[in-house]
Amino acid sequence: MKILVAIKRVIDANVRVQLKRDGSGIVTDGVKMSINPFDEIALEEALRIRESGKDAEIVAVSIGSDASQQQLRTALAMGADRALLVKTDGEVQPLHAAHTLLAVIRKEQPDLVLMGKQAIDDDSNQTGQMLAALWQRPQATFTSKLDLDSDKASCTREVDAGLETIEVDLPAVVTTDLRLNQPRYVKMPDIMKAKRKPLDTIGLTELGTPELPKLEITAYEAPQGRAGGGKKVGNAAELVAALKERGVL
Amino acid sequence: MEYDAVVVGAGPAGLAAAIRLKQRDADKTICVLEKGAEVGSHILSGCVMEPGPLDELLPEWRQTPPAICVPAERDEFALLTRTKRYKMPTPPQMHNRGNFIISLGSLCAWMAQQAEALGVDVFPGFPAAEALIENDRVVGVRCADMGVQKDGTPGPNYAPGVDIRAGVTILAEGCRGSISKQLIKQFGLQDGHSPQTYGLGLKELWQLPPGRTTPGLVQHTLGWPLNTGTYGGSFLYHLDEDRVYVGFVAGLDYRDPDFKPFEAFQQFKHHPTVKPLLEGGEIVSAGARSIIEGGWQSLPTLDMPGALLIGDAAGTLNVPKIKGVHMAIASATQAADHLVETGASDGFDERFRASPAAAELRRVRNMRPGFNGGLWAGLANAALETVTRGKTPWTLKNHADWSNMRRLDEPVQAQPAYVERDLPPRDRLSSVYFAATSHDENQPVHLHILEPDICTSRCTEEYGNPCMRFCPAHVYEMVEEDGARRLQINAANCVHCKACDIKDPYEIINWTVPEGGSGPNYQKL
Amino acid sequence: MAKILLIAEHDGQSLNPATAKAVSCAQAIGGDLDIAVFASSAGAVAEKASKFEGVARVLTVERPENEAPLASVLAPQIAALAADYTHVLLPSTTFGKDVMPRVAALLGVAPISDIMTVIDPTTFKRPIYAGNAIVTVKAPAEPLVLGTARTASFQPAAEGGSADIVAKQLDVELPTHTRYVGLKSGGGDRPDLQSASRVVSGGRGVGSEENFQIIYKLADKLNAAVGASRAAVDAGFVPNEMQVGQTGKIIAPELYVAVGISGAIQHCTGIKDAGTIVAINKDPDAPIFEMADIGLVGDLFEVLPELEKALDARA
Repeated sequence: MKILVAIKRVIDANVRVQLKRDGSGIVTDGVKMSINPFDEIALEEALRIRESGKDAEIVAVSIGSDASQQQLRTALAMGADRALLVKTDGEVQPLHAAHTLLAVIRKEQPDLVLMGKQAIDDDSNQTGQMLAALWQRPQATFTSKLDLDSDKASCTREVDAGLETIEVDLPAVVTTDLRLNQPRYVKMPDIMKAKRKPLDTIGLTELGTPELPKLEITAYEAPQGRAGGGKKVGNAAELVAALKERGVL
Repeated sequence: MEYDAVVVGAGPAGLAAAIRLKQRDADKTICVLEKGAEVGSHILSGCVMEPGPLDELLPEWRQTPPAICVPAERDEFALLTRTKRYKMPTPPQMHNRGNFIISLGSLCAWMAQQAEALGVDVFPGFPAAEALIENDRVVGVRCADMGVQKDGTPGPNYAPGVDIRAGVTILAEGCRGSISKQLIKQFGLQDGHSPQTYGLGLKELWQLPPGRTTPGLVQHTLGWPLNTGTYGGSFLYHLDEDRVYVGFVAGLDYRDPDFKPFEAFQQFKHHPTVKPLLEGGEIVSAGARSIIEGGWQSLPTLDMPGALLIGDAAGTLNVPKIKGVHMAIASATQAADHLVETGASDGFDERFRASPAAAELRRVRNMRPGFNGGLWAGLANAALETVTRGKTPWTLKNHADWSNMRRLDEPVQAQPAYVERDLPPRDRLSSVYFAATSHDENQPVHLHILEPDICTSRCTEEYGNPCMRFCPAHVYEMVEEDGARRLQINAANCVHCKACDIKDPYEIINWTVPEGGSGPNYQKL
Repeated sequence: MAKILLIAEHDGQSLNPATAKAVSCAQAIGGDLDIAVFASSAGAVAEKASKFEGVARVLTVERPENEAPLASVLAPQIAALAADYTHVLLPSTTFGKDVMPRVAALLGVAPISDIMTVIDPTTFKRPIYAGNAIVTVKAPAEPLVLGTARTASFQPAAEGGSADIVAKQLDVELPTHTRYVGLKSGGGDRPDLQSASRVVSGGRGVGSEENFQIIYKLADKLNAAVGASRAAVDAGFVPNEMQVGQTGKIIAPELYVAVGISGAIQHCTGIKDAGTIVAINKDPDAPIFEMADIGLVGDLFEVLPELEKALDARA
């Protein structure tokens, strides 16, 4: 089988995000970038599927500038067989990403597409669902357990009400949640091997995605601090009363 | 894995050595190991750089300057009292015209790219944990294991650290490197030299309201909030875009077990001539790192079979200049030249000591120990050494910092009265937040207490557990549990400054490398 | 004027409280509001939805396929229904996040996730970088505006209305490639920390692993998840999975009770979007009180049992 894993380059989760002084965006120069952690979980799942004995080819795909090659190299070092960068220097919103991935899917014909449930930069949580809709295939979002059969998959989803299980026919899009697995560490010899694995680049325009609507971002701002410094109550009974007053009990 | 040379540490020294080796012999296989998640994420330096050695190594750096790079325009040197600021003549070695205020972390990230372009394998996130020694010869290093659980057993993602064997191991770990420490001891490299002495540097990058800064202004102070018996002082470097680097260095040979270097730094920021600059600004990033101050007389023997020491791992920093980067690069360049020309580490010590860089160190050798008798004696001695250009016929000795701490029952000079603080950070934990430090909590504690019983018995009585105070990251904490006291080590806060390894009065704290990628994520420091 | 369609979230019997909050978001946009209930049998849920103030109509779409909330089944129906509207809204829950983008792709719309503030009918604020920055986004008005309403940002809408309930038939072919198997709810277990609407967290002040039982007891009383500060994790009281804060989980429950937590900035960054923060600490100068909405200075070992009693008395 063939598994396509979509990977986004994002500001590393450990970095304290800072706004540009003129409010025109987020500071990214000189900032540590990484594979979106949920995408890393998606890749790990693909590797585990292959290691469980399935004959699987794993293709890592990213959409972004040349710098995203760094994350694709990491994906190759983790164990992906080959990588594809769809190159663009522009902003890529989820709908655009979904159409772009659809174009890649048309070429690659994967049996399974794995990606993170959301990217930790824009937190949109949209691309996987959009891709599934455009591809007219099933989606399993928030997946915390994945069991593959030959032509279908059982997916346990972490939903607000608990753990939901659905069964989807393949091919399908599965988006991954935190508890699906814990990604492996990249090993030094594998970093060296990854330098020789194929990493192809194709221009975004060459894929011929249609003109798409997008959100216009008009301002960036820091979150407002909590008003806090709220009232002090004297005892437990007063606390319960105050909670009732706020409508949280 | 095998290389011609393995470099431990992707700082200015390590990267310069790798680059120089490749420049002179493109066929050499070289790898650089770095414990930080990225090159630069563990780098913290003042930093006003003297550009000479970098100009020689990579002249193109001026075309692609680091994220922070401001030409130094003017120097100010002052003595502080609690309320006043007395201007003093700037000592000649502290004239910075022609130098650059830079983010050393950003410079190193760029140097790593240059090294990779030359064919060097740079591995951030892979700490060297120990040296490989065979037949009394260093033959490489072993990387730290990944995925070990808190109890020491392998976790589900366990990946043992690989051995990297190399013809020569270049130790460029920076101040108080953990492998350097092990090898200096094992090969007796400090024998015949004065003990090493250190300082602890703390630094913050601030974004200020518009219009307050004077880009290129380099300010240093002595005096308050330190008492006259404690060596140290402040730095305040004015950058572009309404930013400043503000920092403080305290000699780790201080005597008072109650002294808190972090608090001294925060007090400095509240001096009436400093606070108005910072008020209303925001901290962008912050961190701490120990500084190697022993200079010429404490310089260990720099070579051993199969390995050599360069940069701050060796101790080439020039204290009166408050500069280590140019010396680190100079020593690295020489080490590389030596290896290319002779094919071995033997003889590097001799070569370095005969070099102009070493002459620079020798000339200022008596400046730092002159302050062992306090601020006034230090200043008088510094004047003498300056006038004689270091030609005084004696060499003052350094003392080991750990042994210099006085017990609680011994008299020490009182600390000056401190003021109420209201500038951020409120405490050390808040400061650690701006270091963005992270350690997977499931890994074993990387700070080893060799004799834990001492903490709750002798140390409590004799010194009052000073680890709780010298650590700038609130790693050490004595907690009461069910009536018993125990040492709680908040290892996840650690910013890898190494002060504990240096200052603990019983020498029982051993700093080891945690899992790769752990530690601070400094931005533009 | 805006014509808004809100998709109700429900479990077949009752309306999910997140829907009431999404109604508030719709009211902030302004205009006519219809609520759609997709179900196999919509009766009770539709009834409840009709009670919100300011709702024009409740549309029920009853089909056996709508028994379970499958995005691939719901999306084409919502897309068909959306034709008459300027706005389509869902709550920003796992349900809304699952369904909404699928609808967006079918309609060719760039949607807005996690609307926290409505500025005008096409301009909204939403959080990015786990709430560490807020962006203002302007959505194209055509063909329509589609988004999810962040539950922590809106109060539940008031009741007191009585909208007409209208049954709708949609002639839409539905896929069969996705099949619902079942739901294992939290059951006797505590809610998941990441998604719980209430969280009780303990800090170093709790003192020991054994003492943490007192936190679990209060949590059970409140049907809350249990979290901890890094200090409590470092001290070995609880496993790292329970850590809330910069290096742990970033959460936004409706109610957060911090017990024996001093309130280091690392911890506070993980809870700054919580609805109501309660701090219980014996140190009146603890920084946690600066961000708490309700503070109680006292010994947690005395306060917590009293609090449990007070909660029982309420019930």
